[in-house]
Amino acid sequence: MRSKAATSTDRSKGEAGWGLKAAAWFGVLFLNLPILFIVLYGFTTDDASYTFPPPGLTTEWFAVTWNRADFWAAFWLSVQVAFVSMLIAIVLGTCAAAAMYRFKFFGKESVTLLILLPIALPGIVTGISLRSAFALGEIPFSYLTIVLGHATFCIVVVYNNAIARLRRSSPALLEASMDLGANTFQTFRHVVLPNLATAILAGGMLAFALSFDEIIVTTFTAGQQETLPIWMFGELARPRQRPVTNVAAIFVMIITFVPILLAYYLTRDTDDVAGSGK
Amino acid sequence: MSKGDAAATPQSTAVSFRDVSRHYGSVKAVDRVSFDILDGEFFAMLGPSGSGKTTSLRLIAGFEQPTSGSVIIHGKDMNGVPPYDRDVNTVFQDYALFPHMNVVDNVAYGLMIRKVPAAERRRQAEEMLEMVALGGFGQRKPSQLSGGQRQRVALARALINHPSVLLLDEPLGALDLKLREQMQVELKAIQRRVGITFIYVTHDQGEALSMSDRVAVFNQGHIEQMARPHELYENPATAFVAGFVGVSNLLQGAAARAISGQDGACSIRPEKIYLATPGSAVPANAMSVAGRVTTILYLGANTRYDVALESGGEVTVAVQNRESHFEPAEGEQVLLWWEARHLMRLAG
Repeated sequence: MRSKAATSTDRSKGEAGWGLKAAAWFGVLFLNLPILFIVLYGFTTDDASYTFPPPGLTTEWFAVTWNRADFWAAFWLSVQVAFVSMLIAIVLGTCAAAAMYRFKFFGKESVTLLILLPIALPGIVTGISLRSAFALGEIPFSYLTIVLGHATFCIVVVYNNAIARLRRSSPALLEASMDLGANTFQTFRHVVLPNLATAILAGGMLAFALSFDEIIVTTFTAGQQETLPIWMFGELARPRQRPVTNVAAIFVMIITFVPILLAYYLTRDTDDVAGSGK
Repeated sequence: MSKGDAAATPQSTAVSFRDVSRHYGSVKAVDRVSFDILDGEFFAMLGPSGSGKTTSLRLIAGFEQPTSGSVIIHGKDMNGVPPYDRDVNTVFQDYALFPHMNVVDNVAYGLMIRKVPAAERRRQAEEMLEMVALGGFGQRKPSQLSGGQRQRVALARALINHPSVLLLDEPLGALDLKLREQMQVELKAIQRRVGITFIYVTHDQGEALSMSDRVAVFNQGHIEQMARPHELYENPATAFVAGFVGVSNLLQGAAARAISGQDGACSIRPEKIYLATPGSAVPANAMSVAGRVTTILYLGANTRYDVALESGGEVTVAVQNRESHFEPAEGEQVLLWWEARHLMRLAG
């Protein structure tokens, strides 16, 4: 049905063979069906196991989840960690991008690599290295150590967004501003920042979403604290009230999806913002 | 500042270079250059790319600092003075309009930085836009304007601070030919109206000749010649100037000796040479030489003849296509003559 509609509208662009279409639909379903199942089992009446089809549908798990204090504690911790990591990433990522764009210095390429490394490294390596570093420095595990762990890879996201925007804008803009009487600070305030703002914000949103559902690095850098993903992982092991995990998962999906959508819209029409100088 | 005094004495010096050099490692972009630009003058810096003209402009704007020597603006040494403390403004080659601001805010940027109240700077910006024939375009974004319109916005933005010197870095380079010619006329008119010094960088000799009071011809980091356009064209000081400004026949060695009777290169413009049948009488003050036509190119307004000289060498002759003139065929023997004062002797 759907594929037939797609066929008739896309005729002008040429036909794909039915084999290719089938493979494409299989790919889409393979990636997205499990997500639908998570939503489905948030409504099941069976609280101990996931049987298909669900024996019945109910909304009682939303109420149960709503009344669980441990859910809310984990939820708010995750929001706080994500928010603070995002702020750190915005400040440090923007500064790093500005420095990398503006100055040439010995070892610049290596520093660039070091900034990008946390996102390329497996989370488990980042996690172990941070854990041993905290142990060496005798820093007790806390909310702050989680934030530090998350900030390492959040900075990269903001940095990448900001430096891409900087590279696309004309250096003559800075000269034009200085030429018209603006000092370095005024140039930053009136020219650099407005041109970068959407890129930085989009980077921040992505950083928030990345931090909110992070589990590997968190496992190594958290002490007694449970962020939402860790809490969910623990919930799965319990025999009772399984659908509560699914309800929490629906929450996580919504919370991470909104910033990603916002980031997409913020960076969509940037030709107008940064392109015309060149 | 010194702006008021400068306007009162129109022939005082606006910008001076005193033995200025700007080196990048071993590259001498500008090498020991000295000159004075007068107040109210339309001054062109002409030269091929890499000749040092743009670097000289950036030295005046303050984007570059001299390696040695000093740049003086209205009697003050500008060494170490940043661009935002200089009484000059620039029209950039790629316009460099702020993409996140509309046209009015772009033009009013200089006023905003100087904390002029919003209503007043809007009024002045609209006034400037009227002057560059862009009234009513204020609310548009730069990306919604054509190249010619952006160029005008850049001009209005640079003029709103009432600088004593306006720097223009190949401002017409990106425009098509018709628009370029129209903007030349307008730029000259605006310069007369505002009465400030325009320093104009270009590689287009036509632009330099048509608009400027004086032209400095740059080559490899130094100035070959600095003169009024007429003098530059009629009396080029060096072979480089003769070749770069307009078309000319450069004669060297034996060919030069045969014509001028002296050693040393000389040059003559194609339009100064007359064609005649062999053996014709020529005026008393004329020089003549015999040759044979090798190529004829009909160009509409004039016809170009390439003539091989008997004394060696080849010259190009441009003849205006009037009703009746002597029209030799290819391979025909001709006599070339010109007034002796049009033969230019060159140094270097």
